[in-house]
Amino acid sequence: MTTGAIRNSEDTHSLYLMVDGIHCAGCVQKIERTLAAFPALDLARVNLSTKRLTLKWHDTGFQSADAIKAVEAKGFRLVPYDPDNLETGKIRAERRLLKSMAVAGFAAANVMLLSVSIWAGAISDMGPGTRSLFHWISALIALPAIAYAGGPFFASAMTAIKARQLNMDVPISLAVILASAMSLYETIRGGEHTYFDAAITLLFFLLIGRYLDFRARAKARSAAAHILGLQATAASLVNKDGTIRTIPVRDIDPGMVLAIAPGDRIPADGIVLSGQSDIDTSLVSGETVPEKAEPGKKLFAGMLNLSGALRLTVENVGEDTLLAEIARLMEAAEQGKSRYVRLADRATRIYAPLVHIAGAATFLGWLLIAGLSWQGSLLIGISVLIITCPCALGLAVPAVQVVATSRLLQKGIILKSADALERLAKITMVVFDKTGTLTKGQLRLANASVLTDQDIELASALAANSTHPLARAIRSHAPDVAGLETATEIPGAGLEAKVAGKTIRLGSREFCGIESADISPDGPELWLKTQDKPGIQFIFEDDLREDAKAIISGLQHQGRAVMLLSGDRQASVLRVAETLSIDDARAGIAPKDKLKIIQSRIDQGHRVLMVGDGLNDAPALAAASASLSPATAADITQIAADAIFQGDRLGPVLELLSVADRARRLVTQNFALAALYNAIAIPVAVMGFVTPLIAAIAMSASSIIVISNALRLKYHK
Amino acid sequence: MTALLYLIPVALLLGGIGLAAFLWASKNGQFDDLEGAANRILFDDDKPPDEHEDSAE
Repeated sequence: MTTGAIRNSEDTHSLYLMVDGIHCAGCVQKIERTLAAFPALDLARVNLSTKRLTLKWHDTGFQSADAIKAVEAKGFRLVPYDPDNLETGKIRAERRLLKSMAVAGFAAANVMLLSVSIWAGAISDMGPGTRSLFHWISALIALPAIAYAGGPFFASAMTAIKARQLNMDVPISLAVILASAMSLYETIRGGEHTYFDAAITLLFFLLIGRYLDFRARAKARSAAAHILGLQATAASLVNKDGTIRTIPVRDIDPGMVLAIAPGDRIPADGIVLSGQSDIDTSLVSGETVPEKAEPGKKLFAGMLNLSGALRLTVENVGEDTLLAEIARLMEAAEQGKSRYVRLADRATRIYAPLVHIAGAATFLGWLLIAGLSWQGSLLIGISVLIITCPCALGLAVPAVQVVATSRLLQKGIILKSADALERLAKITMVVFDKTGTLTKGQLRLANASVLTDQDIELASALAANSTHPLARAIRSHAPDVAGLETATEIPGAGLEAKVAGKTIRLGSREFCGIESADISPDGPELWLKTQDKPGIQFIFEDDLREDAKAIISGLQHQGRAVMLLSGDRQASVLRVAETLSIDDARAGIAPKDKLKIIQSRIDQGHRVLMVGDGLNDAPALAAASASLSPATAADITQIAADAIFQGDRLGPVLELLSVADRARRLVTQNFALAALYNAIAIPVAVMGFVTPLIAAIAMSASSIIVISNALRLKYHK
Repeated sequence: MTALLYLIPVALLLGGIGLAAFLWASKNGQFDDLEGAANRILFDDDKPPDEHEDSAE
């Protein structure tokens, strides 16, 4: 599977892999030590921040598959990824910001060195000649630095102006350019005051903020990249003459026929052309029981082929696959505008022209009314431009959202839309689905008590070499039974073997020829049929998540109502409700009834969080105030949900609600801080009490305060 | 006064070296994995006793 993934350039071969299963630095050490046993590898390094492994070697005889197997034997999953698929544009933008920040920092430090000398010299005995020299040196350092480091701001301002709009970068660029131009003029004229320090320091502080913001967003973005990384990178193309050729996934086109071997991940959306198999659809549909695949069935990229070989006619590739759609939705949602952010945006849009008007009015006011020199008036005008920058207001909400998103990501919760965070605050009622939500969605043999040991052992012997989850569940009950060598697996049906002349089958109802209509299937089941004996039924069940009880009582302690709505049978729903102490539990609920119940609660004034995973939960998820689904959920459910949580613990529900509540408090605080800052700073600036340098520091301080306040979310609890 | 004439260029030169070093380090990918680098100092390279038969070092 890695043949298409290896990058070759001159004499170096590189392989990039995403690693699943890294928890800490110890895992990094384990992997790197395992790979140290392969002397042919020139480079084997794990990036702990991005959880990616890079392998480089120049020996063409080296088989990367050996190294991969060695690492996977230690318990990690490796998936090759295409580094070209990653957002190189964003990486380049980040590098540019970092370089700008470094250059601005260097220039600011040196210009301040000279500025402080001048200020000190103003009260001692620095002559005009020395002062002028220092001005010129400051100009020589600052102007090129401003031209380079100001690039990101000037470009953004130009884009906004071309679109006939004003954004925050316009007054900043204006202030910087005016200050630089005025200072240059003063330098040439031999004047007393220059403000290169203000301009370059302003850029430096702003770049720090912008760079940190960028990095924080990059972490949130990598969730989408991770999903895309789960796609296959190489595919087997079936040519017209029947021969098979390996091609990289990016070369697949609709209409091609692909050969999917057992164990392969399906690389593109398509329809089965020929073959029979069992498919693990959990990535896309959330079903734990594999689905049967036969000609005509639609399969999606990301699904895993389990037992038989298939031929697939491709329908959608790359960006058009369901998997890419989900990743795109997540990315778009992250950039999506929430109600508060939209409010802040509108405020900024009115505010930006006001800023310029205020600056111009201040300039004219001082010039004409107070009769100050044009340099002095311009100075005060620039200070007003700088200090009225609505950076704090603009950052108030996004800062909190970014910190919240990345903290949730660390706990395995992916927030799909930005305004979800607001809707998740102040939830008064949590409605749970049963299967797959309160339960793990993993199968366990349930009726072992009514089965004889021989039956279980016989079934286990048949199931020994099958990868089917139901077979594995049986196997875990009697793992030491020797497998039957003669057992054959018929994909989509079951296992068959001949023992002592008798045919034994383990599989679906039809496969085993069971007709009795009065034993209705409660859930997942397998039948064991020995030739002349009656069939034996194996029933499977789903375990509750380990911390379900603790989380439910935690929610109840927080004063939130908890309800259980399930389409499952009365008996099993009541059993679960009792175990978890949920008073309000209903069984046999149809999808539209779930919708109605949630709607009625909302009408009563509740704010309802719906947690569900099945296809039948999607309408309810859309109707609730906010929604959450486990990562094993059906694709449509995942699209409808506001957030997705990974893993098999229920803890994320509590975590998400706590973070949302706290985020809302912090956003309110931030708005207050921004408003307070503006209320104080603007009058002070208009009255001429601040120089551009102080204005730059004050404005940056307000942004830093807002961001620091947002960062409190990271360390809370 | 003459001190200034060579002190300022020296300051600029030293600052410039620092800047160049930072930019080189950034290009070299040294800032790509800050968590991993922080943890690597804790790695113990001594092989545990039971692996001695297999080690080639």
